[in-house]
Amino acid sequence: MSDAVIDIRGLVTRFGSHVVHDGLDLALPAGEVLALVGGSGSGKTTLLRQVIGLLQPQQGQIRVFGQPLFSGDARADRQLRRRFGVLFQHGALFSALNVLENIAFPLRELRWLDREVIQDLVMIKLAMVELEPQHAWLMPAELSGGMIKRVALARALALEPELLLLDEPTAGLDPDRSEAFVALIRRLRDQLGLTVVLVTHDLDTLAALATQVAVLGERRILAYGPLDHVMKHDHPFIRSFFCADRMSRILARSRS
Amino acid sequence: MGVPTIAFEMSGSVRIAVLAGDWTLTGLEGRLQALRGQLAAADAGGIETWNLSAVSRLDSLGASVLWRGWGDRLPERLEADPRTRRMLESAAALGVRRRAGAPRSRRGDSVVALGRVGVALWSQLIGMIALTGQMLFDLASALRRPHEAPLRELSANLYKTGVTALPITALVGFLIGVVLSYLSALQLKTFGADVFIINILGIGIVRELGPVLVAVLVAGRSGSAMTAQLGVMRVTEEIDALTTMGVPATLRLVLPKVLALLAAMPLLVLWTSSAALFGGMVAASIQLDISYGFFLETLPRVVPIANLYIGLGKGLAFGLVIALVACHFGLTVKPNTESLSANTTRSVVSAITCVILVDAVFAIATRHIGMPT
Repeated sequence: MSDAVIDIRGLVTRFGSHVVHDGLDLALPAGEVLALVGGSGSGKTTLLRQVIGLLQPQQGQIRVFGQPLFSGDARADRQLRRRFGVLFQHGALFSALNVLENIAFPLRELRWLDREVIQDLVMIKLAMVELEPQHAWLMPAELSGGMIKRVALARALALEPELLLLDEPTAGLDPDRSEAFVALIRRLRDQLGLTVVLVTHDLDTLAALATQVAVLGERRILAYGPLDHVMKHDHPFIRSFFCADRMSRILARSRS
Repeated sequence: MGVPTIAFEMSGSVRIAVLAGDWTLTGLEGRLQALRGQLAAADAGGIETWNLSAVSRLDSLGASVLWRGWGDRLPERLEADPRTRRMLESAAALGVRRRAGAPRSRRGDSVVALGRVGVALWSQLIGMIALTGQMLFDLASALRRPHEAPLRELSANLYKTGVTALPITALVGFLIGVVLSYLSALQLKTFGADVFIINILGIGIVRELGPVLVAVLVAGRSGSAMTAQLGVMRVTEEIDALTTMGVPATLRLVLPKVLALLAAMPLLVLWTSSAALFGGMVAASIQLDISYGFFLETLPRVVPIANLYIGLGKGLAFGLVIALVACHFGLTVKPNTESLSANTTRSVVSAITCVILVDAVFAIATRHIGMPT
């Protein structure tokens, strides 16, 4: 698949003698929402960090939008990184900057937009993530957990990415907020035509968002496909993870 | 990728603007000014219909540029596919939003600013006094229940602030001693008053220079470390975690630091003063041919022992001041990186300033003590 947004082939990751991934393959077509699930230590977050270029794999190659992440050409690498946005688990907002400056930061770094345009763009992004304009002057320390996620999402969307990567998007949010946040992500995805990759433990989030599920285990992808298909897979981990009746309850709820 | 363009057409008597291409962040780079000019011209030229059907992609930037170009409103006759229209409507929120500007910073006149500084200083002072009081309570409780006393922390702090400071204080002390002795010797030689080098070095180093030198070094070395440590613990909520486990943060974190510095400072003063005197002695023997034996024999005669006590007392006082200031600023760090760096700076600057102030108080209070008659 050459039109895949993310194309991983023969990925091998080792930390010392500990092998995390051994010959992992994955291809994600555009427009899908992929959920990476797996037990603790199965290398979900490691995989995500490799896709966004924070970790370099020992072997194998990862192509994003058909281009390698570490091409050796600094300019091309930077261009490529601007095509995806990342929402970190704890937001990773710059604590010394207020909300406006946080969202404006990637735009300012482009160095060709003027102040007024940047301010306009920040306001549009704030409206997109359903925050009020007066929130723009708050400091990250003054925000609630849900607001931090929203601001971080606005910052991830600042450069109009085509690919959005979310690390535990609903961790630390109460069920109500997490539902609202999931709905927000879904709406933005439809509106902006994003491809989304998320790492999650939360079955509700998974059922509500994912169009594709990849289960990591035993150093590779155990199962990959639409949720219904993956749930039928007969592997002890997958069976216990989706725990048949728990999952069908959630599915029934989310589809009603 | 389509280059964003505007073209003008006439359809009968109706003037139409036709937009095409990628009106996106990447597409608009380098063309923003030109397109803005064209939009303004179109607006002035009385375009009635805007045709956006040929726009391949439109993002927030394109939408906001168009929105501003149209004078903060949607044109009455607009042809666009639903997706483009939705994007434009998201920019429509801007019209109202623009007016909600930043809350105006209330900049008062200079009197208000002065008052604010005064209030800030006052609240810092109150905070310091409260911390001192809390520490005395903790000390009392630790003395009453010795098994709860934070002895391990005390020993760790003693090592960190005292033992590891030995090399640097010795080096700085030695060099200052050499410099002081060398410069004084040049002057004394011209008066033929060579032997007074011992008086100058003795009184100057033991009473004044040794303690202040150590205090400045320790404030920069250990004071900043204490502030940063407490500050980060505050940012990561470790202090709150301690409190919920029933361990008062001041007892476990502040008290050992203060006690350790109280114990370490006089010893460091003794150590640094010795190093400085040694440096002075070496320089004097080279410069003025004063033998080591003569120097060491004369020193106790010309420098009354009271000077040593004053020096050690200063060490105690400086240690207390540095530790309290460092802990106070560490505990008042707000949970962001800016506040952490600001408070670390404030801690070192305030500690050194306070040390100089206390030194002045000592100088006045002890002006009749320890001077050779």
